[in-house]
Amino acid sequence: MKVLLSWLKEYVDIDVTPQELEKKFFGAGFEVEGVEYLGENIEKVYVGQVTSIEKYEGTHLYICHIDCGEQGHDHLILTGADNVFQGAKVPACIVGAKLPNGMEITPRKMKDMMSYGMLCSGGELGLDKDWYKGADVNGIMILDEDAPVGEDIKTYLGLDDYVFDISVTANRPDCQSVLGLAREVAAFLGKEVKLPDMSYTCDEVTKPEISVTVESQDICPRYLGHYVYDVQYKESPLWMKRRLIAVGHNAINAMVDITNYVLVEIGQPMHAFDLNTLEGSSIVVRRAQDGEKLVTLDGKERVLGHNNLLICDKVKAVGLAGVMGGLNSEITENTKEVLFESAKFMKDNVRKTARGLGLQSDAASRYEKGIDEYSVECGMARALNLVTTLGVAKVSSTQFDVSAGASTEKRVIKVPTAKVNYVLGIEVPEEEMVRILKNLAFEVELSDGVLTLAVPRYREDIENYQDIAEEIIREYGYDKVVPTFLGEALVTNGGLNAAQSKELSVKNFLCTQGYYEIQTIAMTSKDEFDEFLIPADAKERKVIEILNPITENLSVMRTLMAPAMVRAIENNIKNGNTDLRFFELANVYIPKSLPLTEAPDEVKTLCLGTSGSDEDFFTMKETLENFASYNNIKFTYKRGNVPYLHPGRTAEVYCDGTLIGTFGQLRYDVIDSLAIAKDKKNDTKIFIAELNYDVLKTKFKEEITYTPESTFAKTSRDIAMIVDKKVECGDIIATIEKADALVSEVDLFDIFESEKLGFGKKSMAFRIVFASHEFDVTDEMTDKAVDGIVNLLRDVYGALMRS
Amino acid sequence: MFNADDLKKKFLNDIETARSESQLSEVWKTYLSKNGSVPSLMNGIKEVAKEEKKAYGQFVNDVKNWVQEKYDEKKKEIEALELQQKYERETIDVTVPVKARPMGNLHPLTAVKYEMINVFAGMGFEIFEGPEIEDDDHNFTRLNVLKDHPSRDMQDTFWLTDDLLLRTHTSPGQIRTMDAKKPPIKVLVPGKVFRSDSDATHSPMFSQMEGLVVDKHITLCDLQGMLDEFVKKLFTGDVKTRLRPSYFPFTEPSVEVDVSCFKCGGCGCSLCKGTGWIEVLGGGIVNKKVLENCGIDSEEYSGLAFGIGIERIAMLKYGINHMGKLFENDIEFLKQFKA
Repeated sequence: MKVLLSWLKEYVDIDVTPQELEKKFFGAGFEVEGVEYLGENIEKVYVGQVTSIEKYEGTHLYICHIDCGEQGHDHLILTGADNVFQGAKVPACIVGAKLPNGMEITPRKMKDMMSYGMLCSGGELGLDKDWYKGADVNGIMILDEDAPVGEDIKTYLGLDDYVFDISVTANRPDCQSVLGLAREVAAFLGKEVKLPDMSYTCDEVTKPEISVTVESQDICPRYLGHYVYDVQYKESPLWMKRRLIAVGHNAINAMVDITNYVLVEIGQPMHAFDLNTLEGSSIVVRRAQDGEKLVTLDGKERVLGHNNLLICDKVKAVGLAGVMGGLNSEITENTKEVLFESAKFMKDNVRKTARGLGLQSDAASRYEKGIDEYSVECGMARALNLVTTLGVAKVSSTQFDVSAGASTEKRVIKVPTAKVNYVLGIEVPEEEMVRILKNLAFEVELSDGVLTLAVPRYREDIENYQDIAEEIIREYGYDKVVPTFLGEALVTNGGLNAAQSKELSVKNFLCTQGYYEIQTIAMTSKDEFDEFLIPADAKERKVIEILNPITENLSVMRTLMAPAMVRAIENNIKNGNTDLRFFELANVYIPKSLPLTEAPDEVKTLCLGTSGSDEDFFTMKETLENFASYNNIKFTYKRGNVPYLHPGRTAEVYCDGTLIGTFGQLRYDVIDSLAIAKDKKNDTKIFIAELNYDVLKTKFKEEITYTPESTFAKTSRDIAMIVDKKVECGDIIATIEKADALVSEVDLFDIFESEKLGFGKKSMAFRIVFASHEFDVTDEMTDKAVDGIVNLLRDVYGALMRS
Repeated sequence: MFNADDLKKKFLNDIETARSESQLSEVWKTYLSKNGSVPSLMNGIKEVAKEEKKAYGQFVNDVKNWVQEKYDEKKKEIEALELQQKYERETIDVTVPVKARPMGNLHPLTAVKYEMINVFAGMGFEIFEGPEIEDDDHNFTRLNVLKDHPSRDMQDTFWLTDDLLLRTHTSPGQIRTMDAKKPPIKVLVPGKVFRSDSDATHSPMFSQMEGLVVDKHITLCDLQGMLDEFVKKLFTGDVKTRLRPSYFPFTEPSVEVDVSCFKCGGCGCSLCKGTGWIEVLGGGIVNKKVLENCGIDSEEYSGLAFGIGIERIAMLKYGINHMGKLFENDIEFLKQFKA
C-alpha cells in the first residue's frame, strides 16, 4: 500500500519525522517496505524570475539575469531555450545545484561568457504535464505567475513529500487506504483522526426510470448506486493528479480520477457507468451464464462462467463485478449522466474471477483483501462530495441501497481484562487498556474488570479476547513482554524417538562411507520417465499431477529417486567434479488410485549414487554390505531388472526374504542423454541404488539381546569347484547355507575364470564354518556335512570339485 | 681360601666384548652352560678337605651367582640395544601422505535441523513428522484459515485435487499432534513444505520447523523466553529476541521474532542491513479456535506456536548468500559443512 505523507497529514497531525514515523509503523505491525522522497536528488533549484533577457549575438543563446529572492537577486545564466521571456518565472538551478538525471551545476563557459547556473525543463526535474502544466514543453518549464520567488522548487512543486510503501497484513484490510493508515497513526501518536469531507447535498432532480436489482446477494451483500448528472468531461485539479501519480495511478479524467482517488483514500473501489450506455437505465447484478462474453476496459474479450459476477443492464453485461468495467459503458467525453457504484463483493469470488481470467486491476486487488460495509458508505459519500466540490457533476436524489441485511450497528463484545493479561503474561493496567482501545476508536466501558467494547465497523477482524490482547500489546509495546521460560508448564520428556535417532544414525553412517547427503526437489516432469526409459505401462508412470504447476519441469510428484540423483551427479560432472558419492533420504509419492481420491503413500526412499574412477558395481555393493553390517541386518542379492540400469549389472536387494530395492550401473543410453561433454561420456559410469527405507527400517533390530558366546568347538573347511560361468555365486552360497544345519558361515575367498578351466567355466572357492549352539562339531560331522554339500552342488549346478 | 679370580677376570673380559645376542650366547655356553667353566668349578670339590667341602660349595655358588648377575645385566643391556636398533631400522617417514577415502557429511539443512532439534529436545520437545501431502482441512480449515480467508492468498498452494495439496507449512502438524494427544504438549514438526513461487529468494520446496506448546497458562512471555533460549543456543553469543506484531490466522496475537544481530552485536552491519536485528521466525499464542478445532478446552489450556524457516537459519548460520545453492548439490558447496 503506497501512501503519500502529505495525504496522511491531511487526516492526522503528524509531528514526528518520516524516519520516526517509519519506526512507529513498524512497531504497530506495519512493515514499511520503502520510503521514497519525491524531491530526491533535487538540490539548490529555486523559483527564479527573469529580470532581463537579451540575445547573445552570434550564438543561439540568451543571456538572462535571474532573481532568486533570498537565494540571490542576480544570477547570470545563459540558456538556449527560446520560450523564456522577461518577467517569466522559471526553475533556476544555481551553482551547486543537483538534478535527478545526475547533472551537477558548476560555472561554465558558453562561447565566451560564463554562465552561473541553468534554467531547467520539467523533464530535467523528472516531471510530466500531469504534475505541472507545461512540464512537457520543449524548453524551459514556465511557472505560474503567483509562484513565490526564491522558494525551493521542491516545496513549490509538491516534491518535498514522501511516499511510504507499507505492507499491510491480511487481517487488516481496513488499513488498505490513506484513511485506514491515518487511523493507525492517530492511535499510535495519540492524536485525533480527522475524517475526509464526506458531505454532499442532493438536489431535487430525480431519474425514476433507473432501477438497481441484485440477484446474487450471496456474493454481493451490499450495492449502493447514485445518479449524478450534468457531467463535465475535464481534467482533475493538479493536487488530485499529483496524489494519484505519486501512489502509482495515472490521471485520466476527473470522473475516473475521483473513483481512483476514493479507492486510495477510503479504500473503496468505485465504478462510474455512463448511464446512456445502460439499456433500460437499469443495473442488474447477477452471475454470468456459461459462455457469456464481455469486452473489458482493457479491450480484451472475456469468456465467463457461472462463478463470475456481472454488472448488467437489461440486456447485456457492462462490467465484471469488482474486477473491471466493460468497454461498452466507459466514461467518454460525451458522457453526461453517470451512475456511481459503491459495493461490497465477496473477496473470494473476486479473487477467483481475477485469477481465473488472469485479469488484475486495482479494484480487484482491493476487493480480494475484503471490504467492509462502512467503507461502502464512506466511499460513495466521499465520491459525491468530490464531484460536487470539483464541479464535475451534480448530485441527484436518485439513489439505491440494496443490502442483504447486515447490521449497520457496531458489534459489541465483552472482554475480561484478566483474559487479556492471561494471554500476554504481564499485567497491563486497566486504565492503559481503556486508553489504548479508545485511541483505536473502540467505544469502551469498564466495569468489574470487564471491558464492554463497541467495535468500529471497519474492524471485522476483532472477535474475541485474543484479538483485543493483540490490539493492546501492539500499542502498549512488545518491549513490555517479560521473557519467562515456560514458568508454569509441566516437564515433558523430549528428544528423538528410536526410529528418528536411527534415521540420523543411518545418515551419519553413510557420511562415514564417503557419501554426501543431497536434497533434491520432490517434483519432476513426466518427460523424465522417457529419459529413464520407463515403459509406458510401468507403475512408476502412475504419478500424482499438480493441478497448478509453476513449470512443466515440476508438474508431477516423483515416484522414483534415481532421476534427481542422476541430475545431481550430472551437474557435478559438468562442473568438473567426477569423484562422487551421494545419498538422499526422501519421499516418493505413490497414489493408491488415480485420479487421486485419498492421501497417497509417501514412501521414504534411500537413494545412493556414485561415480568416478574408483567406483564400480562392487564398491556400491560394499557400501550396502557395510550398511547391513552397521545395522545388524543381512542383505542377499539376486540378479534384477530395472529399466534404466545395465541389464547385466543390476541386482535386487533382499532382507529377510523381503525385496528392499535395487542397485546397479546406469544404462549407457541414459548416460548418453545427459548433458555431459561427449568425450567424457565414454568414461562416465554412474551407479544408483534405491532402497525402500520404510520397509528397510522394519528390519532394524529394536532391542539388543545378549547371547552368551558359544563355547562349543567349530570347524571349517575350504571347498573349490568349477561351474558354468552362468552359475551365480549368490545361488551357490544360498544352497550351501541351506544344505546343512551346521553351516554357520560361507565366505567366497577366490573366484576366477581361466582357459585352463575350459570354455565358459569359472572357479569359485569357499570357506565354510560349521558350528552349533548345542554341541562340539566333530571332524566326522564336518566330513559328513561337506559330503552332503558337495553332492548337492554337483546335482544342482553340475559343480566339479577341485582338490 | 678358594680363588677364582682368573676365571672372573676372563669372564669379565669376555662379557665386556659381547656386542650381540649371539656373542652373548657364546659367553653363556662358555661359562654358564651345564659344562661351562663356572658349573665345572664344582668338580674341584673332590680335592677339597672334608671339613672345607661345605665352604667350597658355598664359594662355587657365590661365583655362580656373581657371574649370573653380571651376565643378566649384560643381557638386558644388549636386548635394549638390539630393540633400539630395530626401531631405528624400522623408522619411516610419517609425513608421507596416504590415500584416505574422504568422509561425506550431512546436507547443511539436515545439520541445522538436528541442531535445532537438539536445542528444543533439551526443553522437552518431541519430534513429529506429518505427511507432505495434506488435505485442505489440516492445512487450512482447522488452522482457522477459512475458505475465503485472505491468507490463502498469502500461501500460494500447489493443489493436487480440490481437497489434497502439498502442505504449504508444517502447521498441519499442530492439528495432527493435538488430534493424537492431549496436553501437556511440546512438539516440533520439521519437514518439507511447498509453495508455488520460485525466484531468487524462494524455492518451490523448502523446509520449516513448527513448534507447539499446549499446557495450562502459556503466555506470550513464555514464547519470548523460550525463543530467547533457542537463539542463544543456536547462535553463539549474547543474542536476544525482539517481538513485533504480525498476522497468522492460527495465532493471536501473532508476532515476528527478530534476533539481535550476532555478527555485529546489534550495531548495524551488512547482515542485518544496518538495523541490528534479523528476522528469524514467526509465532504467537495459539488461536483459541484452533484449540477448539482439536477438541482442547480453550478455557483450561492455552498454547504457543512458532514456525522457523530452516533454509533461513542455515543461510544465516553459515553465511550462505543464495538460497538456490542449497538445492544445487554442488559437491564444492556440500563439502564445506563438516561439523
